[in-house]
Amino acid sequence: MWSDFPLFPRAASTIARDVDALYFVWVGISLFFFFFIAALITTFFISFRRRAGHQYGSAGDLKTLPLELTWSGIPLVITLVMFGWGAQVFFEASRTPADADSYFAVGKQWMWKFQHPEGVREINDLHIPVGRPIKLTMTSEDVIHSFYVPAFRVKKDVVPGRYSTVWFEATEPGRYHLFCAEFCGTEHSVMIGSVYALTPEDYETWLATGDTGPPVQVSGAELFDQLSCSTCHQGADQIDDGIRLARGPHLEGVFGTERTLVSGSTVVADESYIRNSIINPQSQIVAGWQPIMPTFKGQVTEEQINALIDYIKSLEVPQTAQQNVVAPPNASNAG
Amino acid sequence: MSTHAAELGSNYLTNGFSLKSWLLTKDHKRIAILYMISITFFFILGGLFAFAVRLELLTPAGDLMEADTYNRMFTMHGVVMIFFFLIPSIPAVLGNFLVPLMVGAKDLAFPKINLASWYVYNLAGIITLGAIFMGGVDTGWTFYTPFSTTYSNSYVVLTVVGLFINGFSSIFTGLNFIVTIHRMRAPGLTWFRLPLFIWGHYATSLIIMLGTPVIAITLALLAAERSLHLGIFDPALGGDPILFQHLFWFYSHPAVYIMILPSMGVISEIISAFARQKVFGYHFVAFASIAIAILGFLVWGHHLFVSGQSVYAGLVFSVLSMLVGVPSAVKVFNWTATMFKGSISRETPMLYALGFIGLFTIGGLTGVMLATLGFDVHVHDTYFVVAHFHYIMVGGAIMGYLGGIHFWWPKMTGRLYPEFWSKLSAGLVFIGFNLTFFPQFVLGYLGMPRRYWSYPDEFQVLNVLSTAGATVLGVGYVMPLFYLTYSLAFGRAAGDNPWGAYGLEWETTSPPPTENFHHQPVVTGEAYDYPSLEAKSV
Ligand code: HEM
Ligand SMILES: [Cu+2]
Repeated sequence: MWSDFPLFPRAASTIARDVDALYFVWVGISLFFFFFIAALITTFFISFRRRAGHQYGSAGDLKTLPLELTWSGIPLVITLVMFGWGAQVFFEASRTPADADSYFAVGKQWMWKFQHPEGVREINDLHIPVGRPIKLTMTSEDVIHSFYVPAFRVKKDVVPGRYSTVWFEATEPGRYHLFCAEFCGTEHSVMIGSVYALTPEDYETWLATGDTGPPVQVSGAELFDQLSCSTCHQGADQIDDGIRLARGPHLEGVFGTERTLVSGSTVVADESYIRNSIINPQSQIVAGWQPIMPTFKGQVTEEQINALIDYIKSLEVPQTAQQNVVAPPNASNAG
Repeated sequence: MSTHAAELGSNYLTNGFSLKSWLLTKDHKRIAILYMISITFFFILGGLFAFAVRLELLTPAGDLMEADTYNRMFTMHGVVMIFFFLIPSIPAVLGNFLVPLMVGAKDLAFPKINLASWYVYNLAGIITLGAIFMGGVDTGWTFYTPFSTTYSNSYVVLTVVGLFINGFSSIFTGLNFIVTIHRMRAPGLTWFRLPLFIWGHYATSLIIMLGTPVIAITLALLAAERSLHLGIFDPALGGDPILFQHLFWFYSHPAVYIMILPSMGVISEIISAFARQKVFGYHFVAFASIAIAILGFLVWGHHLFVSGQSVYAGLVFSVLSMLVGVPSAVKVFNWTATMFKGSISRETPMLYALGFIGLFTIGGLTGVMLATLGFDVHVHDTYFVVAHFHYIMVGGAIMGYLGGIHFWWPKMTGRLYPEFWSKLSAGLVFIGFNLTFFPQFVLGYLGMPRRYWSYPDEFQVLNVLSTAGATVLGVGYVMPLFYLTYSLAFGRAAGDNPWGAYGLEWETTSPPPTENFHHQPVVTGEAYDYPSLEAKSV
């Protein structure tokens, strides 16, 4: 049991160093204050011990106000400085680089399911290349889970009905623990997996040996047809002889834009909005359209929804109104 | 009975011996004793659950009990400790006993409500115990949805009903304290002559009155959602699981201050008594309590840093959380300064008070660390957090509770306990505590998530240390049960003021008469006016 006894976790992502720096400085500050107080108390405890008879203290000669101001002021300043620094690291960790590769993760009691942009699916293991920013778009099929890779110093809750994202860039090849950090039921503690960070060459080799399905966007496009989404969301909102051909709004370029609903309120067309439109279409009707879309609840898995979202994201505003809906050739995706 | 008390005639303990005279008593001092018995029972129960948890974690494999059993163990440990021990402990036992004595009143403002609060507490306890014996709960004491509303296959509703009812006992106590402190102070006892123990209880009562209804409503919604599937928190029905977390922590974060503020009050009393000095910077310490109570309501969002809440919400909650550290630091410095040029004696309560300062300082510093955004992401929901909250809640609240029990035991019972054993137990508690929880900081930074029934091998050494510490800690906690009970029969008579302490409660007999004072006390001096005692004793 002693053979393997670390006191410090491996640091294997670009953010890890920043988090560790915060940690070390905080540990330093804490040790300083702790030993300062401990030393004072020990000194007083020894030098002012009660001697025989009734005795009363005589600290009346300490000046109260200047002391109080000093010892509220110093912690206040330290605190604010550390707050600023911590906030900066947090911003850094929250801002996904624009060129990140887009992966999907679905949490489910009690496993992690991953989809690579190239179409590979994995359960509980995640292979990634080092030196590339990886963005995970995550949701849950049941309860709240939390995606946690200690060596990368990243953690993000995975919430049913919502999408959360997390990104990281591995710096060192290796195998790292992947934990679920939000209590999720009986097998919470075995909802663990591994992240394998591979050199880019090894990653390519690995991809080639795995049984790669179609890229996520392509399976999204296939689903779009299979589920007959295309019968209503067909091309642009073309008007032919004054009659609307499509029965639903076109989806090109919709992602990330603001939609006005019949209620008059607006909503940004993000992942959650699209998911909600698929599962619960009556709840957010876009102004100008009829509430005729059926729900696909129960017919699509979270992964299929992810593929649909990825596909819809990839749709660009058509050059010509007549353009057909096809899967775009490249699988890259700037979320 | 104590010869000392006998000379003075009847006291609250000798005023009727029948069971009925206890069960129907309206005397705040007897109610405090009743509470002490109930609370001790729950502390032992919660401790047994903790021990089961620690034993399971001795080895990486989940080999002692099933995962489901383990989940129930740590949940019931948390539920019992938080709701049936930490929240009521100091207010219901020490507060009930001392608030009227310290303000020079005959009783609390509403004695019947006070008695009712004890019955409500026990009723709630029985219901929750019922849930435990029928099979327990496995959601964690935080009851996060939709796990608790939809997926958990355990006695969630029954537990929540117990906790809902328990809230009323808190509210009754808080209400009683507020009215008593406002209306029933002895002549001359102005606000700024009040002992800091009273300020601590006043601040706590404010939190109780404002916060408890929110948790009650939240738990009621949870029960409704689970039984009727209303769709408040369940995303499958259009609800929002994060809403639950906001509502839950809006109470449960301030609840930490319900646990710690009374304890801080106790520490102020003990340190000034054993250093025989005024508490340094009395006004600052008093206002720091109020500042903590107010700020404490504005920081709940630091439990949601990784939930997907907006980065800007995170910023606001982070800075506010870190600000709470400042009044806490002020208190630590003031206690330290109180010892400067004091006349310090080393009896057991003082050892607990110093232990408190040590543990509270570590808990507080790690708390400010956790409030730092970039840092929290890594350690959120790991053993770092488990260590932190045990340092604050267990190190803070329990050291205060035990220190207070030892400090006022002679007043409550008229007897002194054996000094050797009490010092030994204080030492074991301190050492055992650090051995148990310090390794958990390291475990957390290494990445071990909390609520794990099995774990990767490399975490074992630190877990073994922690379990060893827990054993020492357990021995330290159990010892007072024996020597305090022993002292009831065989302890030396204490006299009215064995420590030479200042305060109205030390001016009446030990144990106090039913009506608290033989004459209405009149206050002419400031709090902790040790120089005046000196003048008298010369
Ligand atoms: C004495 C008063 C104590 C109190 C008030 C207390 C309170 C708590 C609370 C509230 C939790 C969180 C439960 C949850 O997350 O659902 C907890 C967890 C835990 N406690 Fe304690 N505790 C106490 C003593 C102990 C002792 C003596 C030990 C062991 C030596 C211990 C070990 C643990 C452990 C290992 C956990 C983590 C369980 C998990 O993984 O969530 N506690 N405690
Ligand atoms: Cu999980």
